Amino acid sequence: MSAQANARGRGFRASFLRWYAMFVKELIQLRRDRITFATMIFIPLAQLLLFGYAINTDPRNLPTAVLIQDDSPFVRTFLAAMRASKYFEVTYVAASEAELDHLLLSGKAQFGVQIPANFGRDLMRGERPAILIIADATDPSATSGAVSALQGLTASVFTRDLQGASASLNAKPAPFEVRVHRRYNPAGETRLNIVPGLMGTILTLTMLIFTALSVTREIERGTMESLLSMPINPVEIMLGKIAPYVLIGGLQMGLILGAAYWLFGVPVVGNLTMLIALSVLFIINNLSIGYTFSTIATNQLQAMQMSFFFFLPNLLLSGFMFPFRGMPDWAQVVGEILPLTHYLRIVRGVMLKGATFADLEWDVTAMTLFMLAAMAVAVARFRQTLD
Amino acid sequence: MAIATIPDGDIAIDVAHLTKSFNGRAVVRDLTMQVRKGLIYGFLGPNGSGKTTTLRMLCGLLTPDSGHGTCLGFDILTQAKEIKRHVGYMTQRFSLYADLSIRENLEFVARVHDLPDPRAAAKAAIDRLGLSNRADQLAGELSGGWKQRLALGACILPEPRLLLLDEPTAGVDPKARRDFWDEIHTLANEGLTVLVSTHYMDEAERCHEIAYIAYGDLLAVGTVDEVIAGAHLANWIVTGEGLAELARQLRTLPGVDMVAPFGASLHVVGRDAQKLDDATAELRASGAQVWARGEATLEDVFIDLMGRSKDNFA
Repeated sequence: MSAQANARGRGFRASFLRWYAMFVKELIQLRRDRITFATMIFIPLAQLLLFGYAINTDPRNLPTAVLIQDDSPFVRTFLAAMRASKYFEVTYVAASEAELDHLLLSGKAQFGVQIPANFGRDLMRGERPAILIIADATDPSATSGAVSALQGLTASVFTRDLQGASASLNAKPAPFEVRVHRRYNPAGETRLNIVPGLMGTILTLTMLIFTALSVTREIERGTMESLLSMPINPVEIMLGKIAPYVLIGGLQMGLILGAAYWLFGVPVVGNLTMLIALSVLFIINNLSIGYTFSTIATNQLQAMQMSFFFFLPNLLLSGFMFPFRGMPDWAQVVGEILPLTHYLRIVRGVMLKGATFADLEWDVTAMTLFMLAAMAVAVARFRQTLD
Repeated sequence: MAIATIPDGDIAIDVAHLTKSFNGRAVVRDLTMQVRKGLIYGFLGPNGSGKTTTLRMLCGLLTPDSGHGTCLGFDILTQAKEIKRHVGYMTQRFSLYADLSIRENLEFVARVHDLPDPRAAAKAAIDRLGLSNRADQLAGELSGGWKQRLALGACILPEPRLLLLDEPTAGVDPKARRDFWDEIHTLANEGLTVLVSTHYMDEAERCHEIAYIAYGDLLAVGTVDEVIAGAHLANWIVTGEGLAELARQLRTLPGVDMVAPFGASLHVVGRDAQKLDDATAELRASGAQVWARGEATLEDVFIDLMGRSKDNFA
């Protein structure tokens, strides 16, 4: 055997070549699996369009049933003001309390409004009569916007009706004023919150699943045995397997960012380059976690189950679906570990608020630590023998 | 044993007291063996006898529970990395990438082994295999015989010094098997050492030396003739009428260890020639059939060894 052949396979250059061999192999396999390839492009777009347009956390025009037992002009004024708020749409006029109850129970109406008999007379007498508004609060977020609109309504609704002698019945203005600036999203549009968040969840799901399957697939197909008998080490295998998906993740990110900007009108207030760099970090993060799962699972089904087990808390505790600060402390601690939590802060911060790197230091650090931990586990878990 | 006197420089595999258990069951027990360089060494034994486990221990895919040894001069416990560089291991199950073409598979192997020009190396291997016009076909679409040839081609691509072949011809037609063995002999002539496991007796006879392993124990080692002679089996070949009835009768006799029909004849085998002759004397004298002395075959020896080891195992 020649000395040249003995020196073969050593050093950094050789290690790079082995990584490259793995990278090319994965790329070819990826390209050949047409359906998977199509899903990787199609799924993020479909999800973005579907959820971006569909989800609205501040619903308007909610069906409202009214039970009117008074015939004073105040009733008309009040109902007109409710309608004008855009939250309420009077769709039913109930004849009795029983019917009002039925409309709410059957879900036909989200709100019930009961204006008692002699409302106008009592109002004029200064007896502070009550209008009853019944909200179907089974889904609190569906009604909260409308309920808070009602609060503002009561102060001024009858100003025009109460003129002259009865003007004293009007609410008196507070001696001071509170000004609210809805910064970063003045119109309170849900999509400005949802679309950047979707980028995080879509990247989590697709990146996680594709790498989670990568090692288990080799074990199931029996190719791992010959791969292990070749002079290639776990780090080279891992990096070679992850790299093609960084490209795919980058492609998905580009598609989502483009759609966010041109279709949904989400601004990019901050630095786009930094956003892309941190998104790549997030992509690698998810790939490392997926890869770790694939070294633990013994078949593809298990790998899928692990991915979903990890994906659900990401979805629910990261602040994507529900407000992060609404969770109890222990849940916030759990959420603080998850990479999606930090990525959501980054992506919303940069796109909507124009956050700089200094503002996001902690989130970047947390994400990097998580990624390194996942990679270390993956390399340690990777079975170099068949034992 | 004779092989103990071989000078060290001529030995490719030298292992002693290898033991491996899975879930408390010993699959390989106290295995000691030496394989000389440049030989085709047949590794025989029934299913589940520990052949695959032994091959995997030799190439660093499994760590033995106890025992030690070297493969190409590298320690099998500590130098797996070096061993992987110089050993070609062909798995029992086709383990190249089915969704990669022949060319892509070979280029992958060439790159992992850091060959100077992977494309050229792959092309040379394709030409050598006679696959030039199907180089872009997916490996998964090849027939069984071609898959095996491709797998062998991938194994020898990085110019290993030792080939470990795990039942390479299982499920392959006779013509492809013969071609495969011709190729192995060519490689051995070029100086490669080949350790090949098989079930087939005709393949065992094409090996320079054989070792018989059953249920973790190495039972016989040597050339085919040595193994047959070492078994000391006495053999009668019976032809004539009523062989089925005779076989039933023979099986009940002490001293008759094996009765096997072969076409129009019956092979009657005993471990002790004297006992066999005594037990069958009456029947031979009856003249109902024709009895002739025969030579024990390798198959007789293996089935006998298998029966004995099973007795010990139970």
